[in-house]
Amino acid sequence: MYAQMVESGQAGTSDQDKAFQDKIDRNVRIEPRDWMPEGYRKTLIRQISQHAHSEIVGQLPEGNWITRAPSLQRKAILLAKVQDEAGHGLYLYCAAETLGVSRDELTEQLLSGKAKYSSIFNYPTLTWADVGMIGWLVDGAAIMNQVPLQRCSYGPYSRAMIRVCKEESFHQRQGFDIVRALVEGTEDQKAMAQDALNRWWWPAIMMFGPPDADSTHSEQSMKWGIKLNSNDELRQKFVDQTVPQAEWLGLTLPDPDLKWNEDRQSYDFGTPDWDEFFNVIKGNGICNRERLDARNKAWDDGAWFREGLMAHAEKTTKQNIAAE
Amino acid sequence: MSPFATFCLRMGDNALILGQRTGEWCGHAPVLEEDIAFANMGLDLIGQTQLWYGMVSDELGKSPDDLAFFRGEREFLNTLLVEQPNTDFAHALMRQYLFDAWHLPMLDGLTGSTNADVAALAEKSVKEVRYHIDRSRDLIVRLGDGSPESHDRMQAALDWLWPFTADLLARDAADDTLVAEGMIPAAAPVQQAFDWETAETFARATLTAPDGPRRTGGRTGNHSEHMGYLLAVMQSVPRAHPGAHW
Repeated sequence: MYAQMVESGQAGTSDQDKAFQDKIDRNVRIEPRDWMPEGYRKTLIRQISQHAHSEIVGQLPEGNWITRAPSLQRKAILLAKVQDEAGHGLYLYCAAETLGVSRDELTEQLLSGKAKYSSIFNYPTLTWADVGMIGWLVDGAAIMNQVPLQRCSYGPYSRAMIRVCKEESFHQRQGFDIVRALVEGTEDQKAMAQDALNRWWWPAIMMFGPPDADSTHSEQSMKWGIKLNSNDELRQKFVDQTVPQAEWLGLTLPDPDLKWNEDRQSYDFGTPDWDEFFNVIKGNGICNRERLDARNKAWDDGAWFREGLMAHAEKTTKQNIAAE
Repeated sequence: MSPFATFCLRMGDNALILGQRTGEWCGHAPVLEEDIAFANMGLDLIGQTQLWYGMVSDELGKSPDDLAFFRGEREFLNTLLVEQPNTDFAHALMRQYLFDAWHLPMLDGLTGSTNADVAALAEKSVKEVRYHIDRSRDLIVRLGDGSPESHDRMQAALDWLWPFTADLLARDAADDTLVAEGMIPAAAPVQQAFDWETAETFARATLTAPDGPRRTGGRTGNHSEHMGYLLAVMQSVPRAHPGAHW
């Protein structure tokens, strides 16, 4: 979900392809040196790098509040959280590198706009309550997707997910705790929480991607064991988990169609505005431009730093050779 | 305010204001590893802030959060160095290194404080700061002795920031009282350790500390104009909702 709508490659029909599929069906993990179909490799690179890019860009909306966190404790927790997110980006780039692509190539794809990241980060964080919503809802939605990925067919990705999931569950709890403090606070704080929920609920619901009926890329990825549940299954699970939490908090989810369905033992809920979803993906969200500009500026402004370190490394190597 | 409270506020304010500047890099550093490192140092510094403020909370009748979010710029006693802006990443690294070069011997001396709480705080913090300086020193050397551009940027940052080290190393009557009580280390060993550390590192980095003006004031609440803006950002939410809990 941090990876959305990842275009899936095609499976081949050779004996090698069939043996590969058989391994996956027997739940044997694929490791970097094993043979794999080109489509599998490319799909995984797209999925893992999109997830990594989302972690990196995801620093920005939260980083927006590090300098304004309203208590020392909240500031410390947010710093720890954002540090984790950057760390996730690092593991995930490393996992992608095992598939034969470099971090620099992937960075280049992000900066040029060729690679995507989760569209949720193109929404602005306008108040402190938004930081709570990102933890509670956005990280909550991410965990729904990432917990099953701990069992995905590609070894390095599944192992990265184990650590990522542990940290994400701390992130979700910290988000929930921010919102809890707000709803237990003053009228203004409660209003701030409700306003943020109104703005983040539907984008969070849309993080799971389009409805299964319109999701063109899922089938092959599911066969390959790199997508384990359908978009709609995960979305339903997320809604079922979150509605009681919102009730406990005394907040109202902005969906008039939301109601418990006794027969299904699940909540029925309304249809998100998919036009908005595709519009944001196309680049028309409030912050698309700003997010990419910020990443490009960081990269460009930091060129001298990276070149300086390379120059020093080269000098040191030459000195070592001369000394030998 | 007692000499002890003054000292604790100075230590806490340094950590908070540098932590605030450090936090501004989140998502904007030149490589991912630096994003992580700056968040990590910021986290250590905010943790230290809480400990120093906690030490004087009772005497001043203010919670650590009140001290952070409800004092004006004239009441902050941090050095001028830590409030200097993130002009570029070279400034951020040099500011960190110069601070670390003072912070480490200061904390090291405080581990022998006659005040057991101060000694314990220093014992905990000195471990973090040893790591900070290992990292900042290494980057000063590599970038100083790197490409022509990285050298020039590091030298420019040193030229700008070096005069503020006078404020880091300054002492006054409050300090003298605490030195006499064995509460804090004397000025000389801290100054010597700082001089040795920076001379050795700048030689390896092919950088030169400038002569010239020595700028002081922050420790007595006389700040640069950057300070007001920094506080305006940092304090905006609690000040808009006085009495609220977060």
